[in-house]
Amino acid sequence: MSEQALPILTPPVDTLLLEREIAQLIVKGLNLPMQPDEIDPEAPLYGEGLGLDSIDILEIALIVSKQYGIQLRADNQENTRIFRSLRQFAQYVAEQRVK
Amino acid sequence: MSGLPLIAHDRPDALVAWRGAAPISAARFLAEVRALAARLPASNHVLNFCSDRYRFAVGLAASLATGKCSILPSTHTPEVIRHLRAFAPDVFCLTDDPQCPLALPQLLFVDHHTEAALPAGPGVPFSVPLIDAGQLAAYVFTSGSSGAPVPHAKSWGRLVQCVRAEVTRLPVTGLGGCAILGTVPAQHMYGFESTVLLPLQSGAALCAERPFFPADIAAALAAVPTPRILVSTPVHLRALLTAEQALPALELIVSATAMLPANLAREVESRYGAPLLEIYGSTETGQMASRRTALEDHWRLWPGVKLTVSDVHCSAHGGHIARTIALADVLEPTDDEHFLLHGRTADLVNIAGKRSSLAYLNHHLNAIPGVTDAVFFVRDDSDASLAGVTRLGALVVAPKLDAASILQALRQRIDPVFLPRPLLLVEHLPRNATGKLPQHTLRALTAQAAVLQPNLFA
Repeated sequence: MSEQALPILTPPVDTLLLEREIAQLIVKGLNLPMQPDEIDPEAPLYGEGLGLDSIDILEIALIVSKQYGIQLRADNQENTRIFRSLRQFAQYVAEQRVK
Repeated sequence: MSGLPLIAHDRPDALVAWRGAAPISAARFLAEVRALAARLPASNHVLNFCSDRYRFAVGLAASLATGKCSILPSTHTPEVIRHLRAFAPDVFCLTDDPQCPLALPQLLFVDHHTEAALPAGPGVPFSVPLIDAGQLAAYVFTSGSSGAPVPHAKSWGRLVQCVRAEVTRLPVTGLGGCAILGTVPAQHMYGFESTVLLPLQSGAALCAERPFFPADIAAALAAVPTPRILVSTPVHLRALLTAEQALPALELIVSATAMLPANLAREVESRYGAPLLEIYGSTETGQMASRRTALEDHWRLWPGVKLTVSDVHCSAHGGHIARTIALADVLEPTDDEHFLLHGRTADLVNIAGKRSSLAYLNHHLNAIPGVTDAVFFVRDDSDASLAGVTRLGALVVAPKLDAASILQALRQRIDPVFLPRPLLLVEHLPRNATGKLPQHTLRALTAQAAVLQPNLFA
C-alpha cells in the first residue's frame, strides 16, 4: 500500500511518543496549568484552543531549538500547518529534527 | 507654526527603507506617499494597521501630508475597536491584510513594485513636504482603568523633537546610511518612535520586516549592509542569547518595553560586540531617558526634560513633553539630569511591551455576564527560560460558567498576553476585613489550589 494513496488516520507509534514528549516540554516550559495528556492533540496551539500567545510561541521555538536542533522561522509557509495542533507540530519536529 | 520636514533625507537617492534586501530611495518613498495620499478617503482619522513597517511609514506620511491623524491603539480587540469608533466615528482602517479582521471601513494598501508603476512616475522634482509642527499627528492610547482606552494627542512637532533628542543620545556617529531593524510593531509607542520616526528623522533606513524568531532576526539583519542597528526588547534579546543565535555585525542594540537586568545587558554586549542602549519612556511621555545598562545604573534624561517628585509620585515635563505627565513608575532623581528607576507602581502590569492595570483587567473580567466577583493577580512563580516575563492569574466566582467560556469572553475584551493562567473558579473571593484582596493572599490561595487541584498546574 502506497503511503501517498491514503491519508494517515492514526499517527505512527513513534510520532505519538514524540507528541507526548513535546506536550511535556511545552507544559513544563510554559508553566501551563494542566497535565501534558490534557492537551488535545488536534486543537490549535495558538490563540483559540490551547490559548498560547506570541511569548509562548517564542518559548516553544527555544525549546525545540535546544531539544531537537530545529530553527523555527516566521516566514516559513508551513507555519499555519505547524501550529495547527500538537499533532501537526510533532509531525513537523519528526520531519525536521537534527538531534 | 513652523514646518518640519517629513523626512530628513535630503537627496532623491538617499535610502529611506529596506524591504528585505531591496533598497527604497527617498524619491521612491515620496512618490509612493503621493500615490497613497491621492487614494485616502476624506475622513480625518486613520487606524494604520499595516504590519509591514515600510507600508506603515508610507501610510503615516500620506496621513501627515493630507492632515489626517493616525490612530494607534496598543491592542485591537473587538471591544477596543468599538471604543475607537465612538471616539472617532469617521475612522477608517489602512491595512495590508486582505483578510483584515477589524470591524472598520477598510482601505487596502497597494504596493507599487516598480517606480514606473507609480502614478506620478519619474520626472517629478525632489521636494520633501513640510508638516506644520502644531499639526495633530497621532492619538496613542493607554488602557485606562474604566474599560475605555484613553487617548493621548501627539503633535508632529513634539514627536520630531523627541526622536531628534534620541539621536543625540545614541552612541553612534551619524545615523545616515544606518539600517534600523525592529522586533517591535510600528503601532506600539516605542516602535513608532524608534523604528519609524527615528529613521525618517535621522536619515537612516528602516527595515520593513518585523522578525520574530531568533533565526528570523539573524536573516533580516544579514539582508542589509552595515552599519546595522537592532531595536528590540528584553524578551527577544533573551531569546537570542538562549538560542545561542549568531548575528551579523551590529553598530548598536536598543532595548525598551521592560526593565533589562544589567547582567543580561552585559551578556548581550559581549556576545554581539555592540553597545546596548536601554530607553525609558511611556505612551504618555514618549521616550525620555536612556542608559548604557551594562555600565551604569543611572538614567540620563533627554535634553530639556525635568522631573518633579512629591511623595512617591513622579511627573515629567519640559523638552518634548507638551504638558506635565504623572509617571506610572517610581523614579528617584539624583541630579538635574539623572535618575534611578525603582519599578512600577503596584497596580500596573507590563507584559510583552503591552501595559495594563489590574483595575482595567478586573473591570473587564467582572463585566462578563455570569461573573459575580473576580480578581486578577500577578504570579510570582514563573521559572520559564524567558524568566522575568510577568504572567497573571485570576480567581473568579461564576457559579454558572466554566473556565473555558470565561476565557473565551475575556479574549474578546483584553489582549491575549493578559489572559489569566490559571483561571481558578472559586466559591467566593478571600476578601479581608476592609473588603480588599491583597495580592499575596491571592497568590497563597493559588498555591493552595495547586495542592488541592494539581491537574490545573504543571
